[in-house]
Amino acid sequence: MKPTVAFFDFSSCEGCQLQIANLEETVLDVADKVNIVEFREVMKEHAEAYDIAIVEGSICRPMDEERLRKIRKNATILIALGACAHLGSVQRLGNQWTAEENKEEVYGKTIPEVTDDSNPFFEQPRHRSLDEIVPVDLVIPGCPIDRNEFVKVLVALLQGKKPPIPDYPVCVECKKRENVCLFTIGKFCMGPVARAGCNAICPTYGLGCEACRGYVSHPHEKAQTDVLKKYGLSTEEIMNRKTMYTYKYVEKQQEKPREKEVKA
Amino acid sequence: MSTVSVNVEHLTRVEGHGNIVLNAKDGTVEKVEWQVSEAPRFFESFVRGRPWDELSFLTSRICGICSIGHSLTSLKATEAAMQIPISDQTGMLRRLALHAENMQSHILHVGYLVAPDMFRVGSVFPLVPDHKDLVLKIVKMHRLANELSTLVCGRTTHPITMIPGGFSWIPSQRALLEYQQHLRDIIPVCEDVGQALLDNCHMLPDFSRETEYIGLTSDEEYALYDGVIASTDTGTHPVEEYESVANEFIVPQSTAKYTKHHRDSYMVGALARFNLNSDQLHPLAMQWALKFQLKPLCYNPFMNSIAQVVEYIHSVEDGILLIDKLVEQGINRDERP
Repeated sequence: MKPTVAFFDFSSCEGCQLQIANLEETVLDVADKVNIVEFREVMKEHAEAYDIAIVEGSICRPMDEERLRKIRKNATILIALGACAHLGSVQRLGNQWTAEENKEEVYGKTIPEVTDDSNPFFEQPRHRSLDEIVPVDLVIPGCPIDRNEFVKVLVALLQGKKPPIPDYPVCVECKKRENVCLFTIGKFCMGPVARAGCNAICPTYGLGCEACRGYVSHPHEKAQTDVLKKYGLSTEEIMNRKTMYTYKYVEKQQEKPREKEVKA
Repeated sequence: MSTVSVNVEHLTRVEGHGNIVLNAKDGTVEKVEWQVSEAPRFFESFVRGRPWDELSFLTSRICGICSIGHSLTSLKATEAAMQIPISDQTGMLRRLALHAENMQSHILHVGYLVAPDMFRVGSVFPLVPDHKDLVLKIVKMHRLANELSTLVCGRTTHPITMIPGGFSWIPSQRALLEYQQHLRDIIPVCEDVGQALLDNCHMLPDFSRETEYIGLTSDEEYALYDGVIASTDTGTHPVEEYESVANEFIVPQSTAKYTKHHRDSYMVGALARFNLNSDQLHPLAMQWALKFQLKPLCYNPFMNSIAQVVEYIHSVEDGILLIDKLVEQGINRDERP
C-alpha cells in the first residue's frame, strides 16, 4: 500500500507548497509513489487520517493551535515545511510588539467585536513555530524550501532512511562553489552560522545569507557577532542580521532568564 | 418551509484560507458571507525599523505565487521615497521578471486549478489518465515561466537578485538568447492548450453584472510594471493618490481588508487590465482574445481565467521583444546600483 500524505497550511505565503507544483513533471512521479489524500490548494478532497502530514506556516491564534493539534493526532509523521513552520519566519518579527500594538498599526484603533479578542479570527495573534505547540518529527527548512531537497527527504522516508538535511554552515557550500567571500567585498553574511542545504544560493547571486534555514545545531554565535563587529556593523545592525528569519532564537534567549526567575 | 444552509470551511483549490457561508429560508437569502480566516501576519507593523534595503525581501514573503510583484512594488516605493534612479536595462529586466511571474501564476491558476472544473474532475491529478498530453503541455508552460524567473531573479519563488536601484546579478546575453528561443518554441504549445480550453469554454458560468475594474494603464505599453491607476468608471488617477482609490475598510468576517472606490467593490487582475488596455495587446494575444470572444468591457468574472490565457501569450510575445531590445543595446553585466 502506498503511504498516505496530506498537506496543510497555516500562516505563510504558501510558497513552500508551491515548490511541489514547481517540481514540474516530477510532481507526477511523486503522485505515483504516494497517495495524496488532502492538499487544499490543489484538491477538493478531505481526509481524517494520514501517514505523513506536511505542514506549512506558523501558528498564530487559538483556532490555529486547535487545528494543528487535530492534524498531529491524525498523523503518524508530522513534517514542518519551510521557515514559517520551522522558525516562525519573518512574521515572527511582529512578536516584538504586543498583539494590540500590531492590530492598531494594521487595522487602526481596536473595534469591539470586529478586531478585538472576542472575534476568533483576530484572537490573541502571536506567531510561533510548530514545535512550540506539538511534537514535530522532521523539518524541511528554508524560505522557500529547496524542491530537490523535498524530493530527497520524501524518498528517504519511503525507504526508511535518515532524511539528508545538512548540519554544516552555508560557508561550506559557498566555498565549494568558489564564490568570493562577501565579507571581503564589503557585504555581510550569516553564512558562518546558517544551516546549509541551499547550495549557498543567495551569496552566489551576490547577496548575504539571512539564515532562512535557521542555524546549525551548534552555531558559534559569539564568533559570528565578533566577525560582524570586526567588519564594522553596529549593535543594532548585528541584531537586524540575526532576526530576519530567526527572531525565534532571540525570543528564546530573552525567555531563558525569565524562566530562571520563575524557578528561583 | 425550506431552509438551505451552505457552510464551506476552507475553500479548496485557491490560495489562502477562506470560507463561504450561505443561509436561505423559503427562497430568501438571509445571509451570504465570504469569510477570510487567514491569520494576520502584520507586515505593515513588523517592517517598522527594518533596514531600507531589506524591505523588498520581507514584503516578497506576502505571497509565494506573486513574490516578484510584491518585491517590485516595494522596490518602486523605496526608490520613489529615496529618489533612487534605475537604468533602462533594469527597467527591461524587471519587466521580464514580471512576465515570468504573470506567466507562472496565470498558468498555475488556469491549468492546475480551473481546468479540472472545465473537464469535470476534482483536481489536476485525475486529469492525467485521460488528458496526459494536455497536462504535460500545461506543465511545460509552467516550467518555461519558472525558468525565466530563475534566469532573471536567481530562483523561481522569492527573487534574490532584485535590489533597490537595480540588480545584484545580471544574466548573460547568451543565456537570454537561449531563453528567447524557448519563448518562440512555446507558442504552438500555448495554442494547443488554448484550443483545449476553448473547446471546454462553455463550462465557465456567465455571471455578468456591471463592475468597476481597476488596474494600471500606460501610453507606452500594455501596463504591468509601470503606469498610472485607471478605473473603468472614473478614468485615470496619479499613483501618488493610491489611497483615494484603495479606500481600505474592515469587516468582522475577514482578517484581509476590504476596498471600494466608485461602487461597493471593484475587481483587479487580468480581466481588469484587459478591460482597460486590450488595444495594446500584441497580435497573437489579441487573436486569442477574439477566439474566446473576449471583448472589453467584459463583466463576467469567470472570464478572468481566459484573460489570464491571453496575458500569458502577450507575455511570451513581449518577452521576445524585450530580449531583442536588451541584446540590441548590449547587456552590461557589471551594472550595479
